[in-house]
Amino acid sequence: MYNFEFEKPSTIADAVAALGAEDAQALGGGQTLIPTLKQRLAAPSALVSLSGIAEMKGVCVDDDGSVSIGGATTHATVEAEAADSYPAMAALAGQIGDPAVRNRGTIGGSVANNDPAACYPAGVLGSGATIITNSRQIGADDFFEGLFTTALEEGEIITSIRFPVPQAASYQKFLQPASRFALVGVYLARFADGVRVAVTGASEDGVFRWSEAEEALNKEFRPDALMDLRINPANMIGDLHGSKDYRAHLVGVMTKRAVEACM
Amino acid sequence: MPKDSGIGASSKRREDVRFLTGAGNYTDDINAAGQAYVYFLRSDIAHGRINSVDTSAAEGMPGVVKVFTGKDFEGVGGMPCGWEVTDKHGAPMQEPPHPILAQGKVRHVGDPIAAVVADSLEQARDAAEAIDLDIEELPAVMDMKAAAQDGATLVHDDLKNNICYDWQLGEADDAKVNEVFANAAHVTTLDLVNNRLVANPMEPRVAVAEYNRGTEEYTLYTTSQNPHVIRLLMCAFVLGLPEHKVRVVAPDVGGGFGTKIFHYAEEAFCTFAAKACNRPVKWSASRSEAFMSDAHGRDHVSKIELALDADNNFVGLRTNTYANLGAYLSTFSSSVPTWLHGTLMAGNYTTPVIQVNVKAMFTNTVPVDAYRGAGRPEATYQIERVVDKAARELGVDPIALRRQNFVTQFPYDTPVALTYDTGDYNGTMDKLETAADLAGFAARRAESEASGKLRGLGINCYIEACGIAPSNIVGMLGARAGLYDAATVRVNATGSISVMVGAHSHGQGHETAFPQVVADMIGIDESMVEIVHGDTSKIPFGMGTYGSRSLAVCGSAMVKATEKVIEKAKKIAAHLLEASEADIELKDGQFSVAGTDKSVAWGDVTLTAYVPHNYPLEVEPGLEETAFYDPANFTFPAGAYACEVEVDPETGQVSIEKFTAADDFGNIVNPMIVDGQVHGGIGQGIGQALLENCAYDENGQLLSASFMDYAMPRADDVPFYGVDHSSQTPCTHNPLGVKGCGEAGAIGSPPAVVNAVLDALNSGGKAVDHIDMPVSPSRVWAAMNS
Ligand SMILES: Cc1cc2nc3c(=O)[nH]c(=O)nc-3n(C[C@H](O)[C@H](O)[C@H](O)COP(=O)(O)OP(=O)(O)OC[C@H]3O[C@@H](n4cnc5c(N)ncnc54)[C@H](O)[C@@H]3O)c2cc1C
Repeated sequence: MYNFEFEKPSTIADAVAALGAEDAQALGGGQTLIPTLKQRLAAPSALVSLSGIAEMKGVCVDDDGSVSIGGATTHATVEAEAADSYPAMAALAGQIGDPAVRNRGTIGGSVANNDPAACYPAGVLGSGATIITNSRQIGADDFFEGLFTTALEEGEIITSIRFPVPQAASYQKFLQPASRFALVGVYLARFADGVRVAVTGASEDGVFRWSEAEEALNKEFRPDALMDLRINPANMIGDLHGSKDYRAHLVGVMTKRAVEACM
Repeated sequence: MPKDSGIGASSKRREDVRFLTGAGNYTDDINAAGQAYVYFLRSDIAHGRINSVDTSAAEGMPGVVKVFTGKDFEGVGGMPCGWEVTDKHGAPMQEPPHPILAQGKVRHVGDPIAAVVADSLEQARDAAEAIDLDIEELPAVMDMKAAAQDGATLVHDDLKNNICYDWQLGEADDAKVNEVFANAAHVTTLDLVNNRLVANPMEPRVAVAEYNRGTEEYTLYTTSQNPHVIRLLMCAFVLGLPEHKVRVVAPDVGGGFGTKIFHYAEEAFCTFAAKACNRPVKWSASRSEAFMSDAHGRDHVSKIELALDADNNFVGLRTNTYANLGAYLSTFSSSVPTWLHGTLMAGNYTTPVIQVNVKAMFTNTVPVDAYRGAGRPEATYQIERVVDKAARELGVDPIALRRQNFVTQFPYDTPVALTYDTGDYNGTMDKLETAADLAGFAARRAESEASGKLRGLGINCYIEACGIAPSNIVGMLGARAGLYDAATVRVNATGSISVMVGAHSHGQGHETAFPQVVADMIGIDESMVEIVHGDTSKIPFGMGTYGSRSLAVCGSAMVKATEKVIEKAKKIAAHLLEASEADIELKDGQFSVAGTDKSVAWGDVTLTAYVPHNYPLEVEPGLEETAFYDPANFTFPAGAYACEVEVDPETGQVSIEKFTAADDFGNIVNPMIVDGQVHGGIGQGIGQALLENCAYDENGQLLSASFMDYAMPRADDVPFYGVDHSSQTPCTHNPLGVKGCGEAGAIGSPPAVVNAVLDALNSGGKAVDHIDMPVSPSRVWAAMNS
């Protein structure tokens, strides 16, 4: 690790100010960032911890019924506190990593990082959530821009994420055997006005919506509706743990299982 | 009735209290006053010519004590290989130098190029970044078959090719082997890969070295399974140090699995640098370093052929293996694909004609050496996979085919140089059939099928050769080390006993099991006996722990030494009891005169030995004896395993539903420890079969260089095991009748798992012959859909 300054502000405003310094970086739960620092793959001048900001923590239900999760809320807290208000999202949080990771890692860190195999990006995109930052609101469809890339500007922090709650939803995660991130993960949410299907782990371009499946399921919401759909393996990820063809196949299987879980 | 102490009792592992409460003392817990830290700058390319290593900027960096490169070691020996293999034409193996720091070329990702010693690790790392390297990248030699071709890029420019040796065992007459195959009623052939593994003990390697200017003595603390072996190799072959001036300590070691047998450059470096810097030097491997510098395991590519006659008797077996040795010869690497692998190719069967061919290859990869089982898993995997395939091709029951070909007469001389002293393979298979409830398999399969899963049953038999010995024979085969062991039994005045043993315990439970033996022989409480191990200044010259040898070899030395102690104590007791020595009996810690009620307690005799007032003048005072023990033969544990899997036909995911092991380990000292050893071994075998895969790309980059990509088995990957070791044919040539149990699980389980997966797929109408390990969901799915 290279040396860096450490700050732990207690308000969003102070955090944003601290992040104005050159090469300063936000620190969520550190579950991605700390290993990166240990390997000397990043050299921030300062780490600005978001874990002391009370207004960025916790799960609440808004007047319109949507669920808002603070950007610095840990996976374990989401698992516990969203269990009633948004059970599918709580279940997703409960499948991330291990207890140590869930007790430190945060939703804001996960979504900002946009790892192509991470779980939350599928949940956020599949729910059509709104990402709220210190300066603006960004719809999920505009937020994820490819591997480890998002619409966030330098120094911009995710303060909360607002989820419309679907009638039914399910996250189906097929584990990469080593990391236990998603080899393929499908988040399916069924709203009154339509179905959203978001896929993580599979594509070389990161999380994406499988629009053919959405169309088919909007016509008839049953597993068989997917029977003739094939996702193009060409831009799937192919690696040690699964070929492109295998991932394309798993997208179908996991989507079918998500539909079954929502029936 | 289960015993509650002594031989046969499931005494709880006393060492676990300190391990589980954080009171262990591992090498990384050891810090010497004023120590400096070393950081190794390692190659990030697989193969390259070093044009220059400019350390001038690094030397001036804050905190830097000294920067070393390969040049600093030009006058020093390289890392030695402990086994010279002779190839099939009678020539010695090609043995390239293995410098402490790279000289001339880098030969694998992770090859150390320079070492920075500094006040702190971070400073050492900062300085390492300032070293200017000019290295010209060369094509990486990765594929073993291509590496064997004439004109292939050479890993070592001074060798004639990349083949370390071309070795053969068994029938040397090709025509005779060809004839057996030509006349066979059926031949089954299989191409398979035994996947490369990274041992990944929980504790990475660490070394702390000190040099005392006043006494000219060195102390090296290191994560080793065999401190005396390290001292001998380092002093005699690498650094040229006087052995009596060097103390090597291997304190608590957090798992070895073979990878901590070997003498590594880093520990020799620390010892050298401690004097050169006049400061203690410490190195602690990161996990990333462990992946690219700990010796890897396995990595064989084989073609095996089994010939059967019209009655399904095995009549011939031929195997051709390419064994990857990596870039350099690690300490015992050359012995693994040969004497620890070829000799096992008879398996449990009476196959009369066997020919084993092994080409051992240099490639631009991390050196490969012994890993739990070492050669025997590779042999077992080949045999048991081809036997299973033969059963399927012939449409016969895989258990019946095995039974029909079992060795049943002992001793049995195999065509591949071993003599099995004893065993009862049918008896062990009987135990398996009961313990695994094989009769109930059909019902369990029906249940799985009802929930949309394919269920398979995989059977496997194994034989292994443990306690490698005797020294004179292994010497003839090329071993450059003796393979005896030693123990000193030191009885204290008050009757408690310290036993100094050459074996090293790094998870095996010696501190519990060894005292059970000594206490049982004398009839005192186990708690009165303590094991001392892991420090060359305290223990006799022993060879350490590997190859499931500890109890069979070192335990035998301990028994001999205890016998000597008892013999002497009887003399003292006879004197005290005014009786003839021949009439003295020892039972329950009391010496008594046969046929009388006269007796004297163990503690009174031991006190008399050290306070020799009323004492036989012809007997020396004190009560301490040492024995060295060189076994007459290997021991031959054997077993039969059954694995049941479910395969999800949609995803190819395999889950192990049931795993049963029936082992014959001969006599058993602590059944609970034996269960634990089998559990751990099976867990590692399941890891190899389903999950673990050390993979390189064609440029020699390690693809599975961290736990993000290298899948270790976790608790929920393995089932609850059924373990039965009631089949017991005691070893015929050691005093305890024990055979060793440390590696069996890792040897016997991979073929059982793969056989089960193939059985499941075939039961589901998928005619799949073979899937290479790890049998990952992706590979299973691809096999089902090809
Ligand atoms: C062993 C292990 C297993 C894991 N398994 C999974 C898994 O199965 N599925 C999964 O999805 N993830 C998994 N993770 C990742 C985990 O979920 C991390 O918590 C997450 O990716 C990053 O969150 P963090 O809070 O730790 O962020 P950090 O590591 O602190 O930060 C990550 C990045 O996000 C930035 N950042 C942090 N917070 C914010 C914010 N509020 N606004 C803007 N930028 C911010 C940081 O500057 C940094 O660039 C695993 C991690 C580990 C170590």
